[in-house]
Amino acid sequence: MTARLRVWLFTVAAAVVGGFFVAACRRLPPFGTARHPYGARAVTAALAHRTANVVSSVNFDLRAFDTLGEESILFGAVLGTALLLRPARDESLSRARTERVLPTTRLFGVLLLPLALVVGVYIVAHGQLSPGGGFQGGVVLATALHLAYIAADYRVLEKVRPSAAFDVADGISAASFTVMGLAGLVSGGAFLQNFLPLGTFNQLVSGGLVPLLNAAVGFEVASGVIVLVAHFLDQALEVHPSAQAPQPEEHPT
Amino acid sequence: MTDVLIAVALVFVVAASTGAVLCREPVRQAVVLSALGLGLALLFTLLQAPDVALSQLAVGTALTPLLILLTTRKLRRSTEEAGEDTAPGSAEDTGTPDGGTGSGG
Repeated sequence: MTARLRVWLFTVAAAVVGGFFVAACRRLPPFGTARHPYGARAVTAALAHRTANVVSSVNFDLRAFDTLGEESILFGAVLGTALLLRPARDESLSRARTERVLPTTRLFGVLLLPLALVVGVYIVAHGQLSPGGGFQGGVVLATALHLAYIAADYRVLEKVRPSAAFDVADGISAASFTVMGLAGLVSGGAFLQNFLPLGTFNQLVSGGLVPLLNAAVGFEVASGVIVLVAHFLDQALEVHPSAQAPQPEEHPT
Repeated sequence: MTDVLIAVALVFVVAASTGAVLCREPVRQAVVLSALGLGLALLFTLLQAPDVALSQLAVGTALTPLLILLTTRKLRRSTEEAGEDTAPGSAEDTGTPDGGTGSGG
């Protein structure tokens, strides 16, 4: 394909997409209004299912199927990264060195690690009540554990988060979302339809299936992110090119 | 008041994202991305979307820059190791004249 043809193709495609985009934007509700047609309907539906956080109701009840897709995307992305970043045949593993840490840095880590973990658990557990949820809390939990690396060294972090256990936890929690969806199907409704009692509005156990799906996503995201960062850290600290491996590009120098 | 704050946050987001595109050095780019994430989180909070703001804070400000920094560290270290592998060779090369002066002295 010549450059001219490519530019021409782009111009035509951009004009078509641009035309539809402008047409779609003209029918959008105005920016920053107090009432929004979709918002009003979502709030009504969330209140009907006694879910205090409307966003969680949208994510785990009204559009739980979309969330299943998003969760699977993260799972697939972590799986692909793990596959790509595994030590290759011409690479060897060496244990990371023990490192000395400034006392103030250690104090910072020791104080902040439990605090960050509690914040993470809080954000996951209150996903159906207040802003936050499985995804946000999961990332907080995962990054909180890595304070062990800042406060100590990589050897300590490896003890705090056994990679193999989190591999399994990632898979199980990803699957549990689908299993809960199938349970809805079996109990006579539709896939991912709520079959649990709705509970009392604004209580920790309310909204039926929402807290459970939220927790499944929390576990999946936390273990997925831990596995993801673990592979990156392994590559940065422990994986070396083997000395015996032929390195042809070095001979000319 | 909120409109002014939204406008400020929007201008910051535009400036930070332009900076992230113009910045060609990955380590600096990671820092700019982190600042952009912070600006976006602020913007989302002002637009009354705290859930999205939290996601943005966790992923955009913490996770993505961390992965970029770890990748650059790995790349930098592997080029350093390649350099170390050639360094003994070059040290041997410079070692012969040193040995020559040593035996001469």
